[in-house]
Amino acid sequence: MKRIAGIAVLLVVVMLITTLIDTTFIKGYNIMNIMRWSGLFGILSLGEAFPIMTGGIDLSVGSIAGLVGALSANLIRMREMPIALALPICLALSVLMGFLHGLLVTKIRMQPFVVTLCGLFIYRGMARFLMQDVTQGYGNAFLGLKFLAHGKVPLAFWPAGHAPKFIATWSLPMPFIILVLVGIILAVFLNRMVYGRYILALGRNEQAARFSGINTNRMTIVAYMISSTCAGLAGILFSLDLNTVQPSTAGNMYELYAIAGCVVGGVSLKGGEGNILGVIIGTAIVRVLYNAINILGIATTLEFAVVGLVILVGVGADEVIKSFTARRRIAEVRGVQAKGGVGTSTAA
Amino acid sequence: MTENQAAGLLEMRGITKYFPGIKALDQVDFDLERGEIQAVIGENGAGKSTLMKVLGGIHLPEMGTIRLDGREVVIDSVQTANKLGISFVHQELNLSDNLDIATNLFLGREPRDGFLQLIDRKKLYRDTEEVLQRIDLHCSPRLLVRDLTIGGQQMIEIAKALSIAAKILIMDEPTSSLSCSESERLFRVIRELRSQGVSIIYISHRLGEVKEVADRATVLRDGRVSGHLAKEEISQERLVKLMVGRDIEKFYHHEHEASRKPVFEVRDLVVPEHPKERISFTIHEGEIVVLAGLVGAGRTELAHALFGIVKPLGGQILLDERPIRIGSPQDAMRAGIILVPEDRKLHGLIMEMSVEANITLASLDRYQKMKVIRLDAARAVAREMVGKLDVRLRSIDQQVESLSGGNQQKVVLAKWLCLNPRVLLLDEPTRGIDVVAKEEIYRLMERLASQGVAILAISSEMQEVLGIGDRILVMHEGRICGELTKEQSSEEAVVHLATGGK
Repeated sequence: MKRIAGIAVLLVVVMLITTLIDTTFIKGYNIMNIMRWSGLFGILSLGEAFPIMTGGIDLSVGSIAGLVGALSANLIRMREMPIALALPICLALSVLMGFLHGLLVTKIRMQPFVVTLCGLFIYRGMARFLMQDVTQGYGNAFLGLKFLAHGKVPLAFWPAGHAPKFIATWSLPMPFIILVLVGIILAVFLNRMVYGRYILALGRNEQAARFSGINTNRMTIVAYMISSTCAGLAGILFSLDLNTVQPSTAGNMYELYAIAGCVVGGVSLKGGEGNILGVIIGTAIVRVLYNAINILGIATTLEFAVVGLVILVGVGADEVIKSFTARRRIAEVRGVQAKGGVGTSTAA
Repeated sequence: MTENQAAGLLEMRGITKYFPGIKALDQVDFDLERGEIQAVIGENGAGKSTLMKVLGGIHLPEMGTIRLDGREVVIDSVQTANKLGISFVHQELNLSDNLDIATNLFLGREPRDGFLQLIDRKKLYRDTEEVLQRIDLHCSPRLLVRDLTIGGQQMIEIAKALSIAAKILIMDEPTSSLSCSESERLFRVIRELRSQGVSIIYISHRLGEVKEVADRATVLRDGRVSGHLAKEEISQERLVKLMVGRDIEKFYHHEHEASRKPVFEVRDLVVPEHPKERISFTIHEGEIVVLAGLVGAGRTELAHALFGIVKPLGGQILLDERPIRIGSPQDAMRAGIILVPEDRKLHGLIMEMSVEANITLASLDRYQKMKVIRLDAARAVAREMVGKLDVRLRSIDQQVESLSGGNQQKVVLAKWLCLNPRVLLLDEPTRGIDVVAKEEIYRLMERLASQGVAILAISSEMQEVLGIGDRILVMHEGRICGELTKEQSSEEAVVHLATGGK
C-alpha cells in the first residue's frame, strides 16, 4: 500500500510541476486525452504484469497488438465479416498465442524471454505477410465500433450538441473505462481468487508452490494467456482509435512501454510481487511524462531520454527509501530500549 | 580488569544486540580457551546464531566488549574477523559444485603470480593439499565438488574456513545434514583440530553430540546466558532444563496403538534415481514407520516419488488395499497422501509471503466459493493451526522469513496438517529445530497416529530413529535393505544396515 501511495505522489508531483509551468496541461481535453492513452497502454501493462509476476516476461505484446489490430480491421472492412464474428476470432487468436507461449515455457521448459522474443518476430512477420504490408483501417464507417475507442461517457447519453459544457469537457474516454473494467476483473482474480495467490506463490518459489499441490504449469500458462488476451484487446482498441494500422510498425516497442508501466507500478521483475492499481498508476506516469514533454515544448527527440531518466530516478528512490526505513526502524527500537522501555517480545 | 590476569583466548563481555522489535542478545558473556571445543546451545531464537554472528563480524553489537588474547578488538566486518583468526562454517553449504575443490577453497583469494597477476595454479593445488591433510581428507584437490558426498562437501567448507583463519572456528550446526557415520568422522576431525590448537565453537541442536564432543557448553535462553556447564556437568537433562527453564519429563511418548490393517502399500516401486531397485513396504493404520539410512541413500527421492513430484518408472501404490495412480502432487493430495518436505526454504515455504498465506496455500481450495477465497475462513484456519502448534509470532500477517527456524518448521507442518492426511510422509521433520519444538512435533505425530494416520518419517538423527517409530526401515543405495521391529532396534543394527552390512 505504501508503494502505491509513493507512486501516486510521484504522479501528482509530475502533474503539478507541469501545470505550474503551463496550465494547458490541466485543461479538460488534455487530461481526457491522457486518460484515453493511459487506458490503451494500461490494458497492455496489466496483461504484461502477469507473466512478470510468475517470474517470466512477455516481449510479444507489441507484435500481438499490431497483428490483432490489423487483423480486426482487415476482417471487418476488407473481408466484410460481421463484427460479432470478427472480434471473437481476434480475441480467440490472442488467447491461443498466450496459450502457446505458456505451453513452450512450461512443458518444453524454454526461457520466457526466448519464447516471447521469437513471438515478437513471428507475429510481426505474420502481420506484414497476411496484410501484404498494406495499411489497414475501418474507413469512415463502423461508428458504433469506434465508440469503444472514441466514445465518452456520460457525454454519449445526451443527443449530439445538447450536453452541458461541463459534461462535454469532462466525460471519461471509453478506453479508460475499459481499462477500469479490465482492472477490476484482474484485481479480483489476483487478490481475491485462489489463482492470484497461486501465481504470486509460484513467482516467488515455484518448487514450494509445486510441493503445495499447485498445478504450477497450468497457472503459468494462464498468466501468458492473460497477457496475450490483454494485448489483443488493446490492439483492437488501438486500431479503432488510430483508424490506420501499418502492419510493419503498429505496436512497435509497446512491449517496452508495458514493461515500464509494470516496473514503475511496483511489479518486481524477480516475480511474485505486483498489484493492479500500481500498474495503472505506473502507466499513467509514463503517459503524463510524454504529454508533459509535448506541452512544455521539450525537444521531442529527447522524449525517450526523459522517460528513461524519470523511471530510473523513481525506481531508484524507492530502493533508497526502503533501506532508509529499515535502518530507522532499528534506531527506533534502540531508542525505546535505551529509555528503559519494557523488553519486547522474544519471538525471534 | 587488569592486563596480567590469566585471560583465555577470547572474552566477550556484556554483548547486547538489537533487531527491529527485539533485543536479540542481552548482556551476554562468553569465554573461550585455546584448543577448546565449546558448545553453544539454546532454543531457536535464543540468540546463538546472533552471538556467533557478532563474533564473526556479521553483526555489530550495540553494547559490550570483545577481547582477543587480552587485547580489546572491534570486529566490524567479516574481513576483520578473518584477520583476527576467526572464521565461520555456516549451516548451509556455500560451494560452487561445478568447480573443483581447490578453486572452491581459495575462491576470491587465489594465489597470484607474475606481471599479469595470473592464478598461480601450482601453489593453489599445493596449498589445498596441505589444508586437506590437516582435516584428514585424502583426495585430489582437482576433484569436482559435486562428485563429493554431502559429508565430503561439509569437510571442504571446514577446510575453507581453516585456510582463511585458524584460531577460532565457528561451526553452525555442522551435522544437520550429515548421517551418523559422517558425523562420527566430523567429530574425529574436530578433535584432531583441537589437538592442533584450534578453538572450536560448536552450535548444535543434537544434545547427544554435545555431550560426546564438547569440553564445555554455554546455554542461551531468550538472549541471555542461562548457564555454563563444564564437561562433567553436561547431561541431556541439565542442558534441556537450562534451555527451556523447566524439565521435560519424557521425550518420546508411546500412546498410539498400531492396528494390523494395511493403509498404505508400496509394491515394486521403481524410483527414477535408482532404476534397478524395486521398493516394497506396507504401513498400517496408526503406525509410525521410520525410514533410516545415510544421506543420499535415496530416501528423499522415494518420498518424492510417493508424492508425485517425480513419476515412478514402475510398481504399484495401494491405499486401503485399492490401487491408486499418483502422477502429480495434486493426485497424491486428493488421495490423502501428504509430504512435508525436508528443505523448508526450497520446498516448504514461500519465505516472502505471510504466515497466513503459507499455511493456507496447500488447502486454499477448501476456503473458496467459486474460486474466490473466503478470507475470514482462511484466516480462522491459519489462526487455529498457529494456536495448535504453538507457533510464536506477532501476527499471522507477518512474513515467514522473519520467524525463527523452529517456528518456520511449525508453519510448514501447519500448512500440511490442516489437510487432515490419511498417509503422512515426513522428511526430516525436526531438522534444525530445538528440543521444545521437537517434543511438540513428536506429540503431534503421536496424536495423528492415534487418530489412525499412517506415518512414514525419514530421519537421520539416531535418537529420533530409535525413539519415535513402531518399526524402522533402513535404506541403502536406493534399496530397502532391512527392517527392524522396535525390539530388534539398536544403534548398531541401524548403522550396520545403513552402511550396507548384511
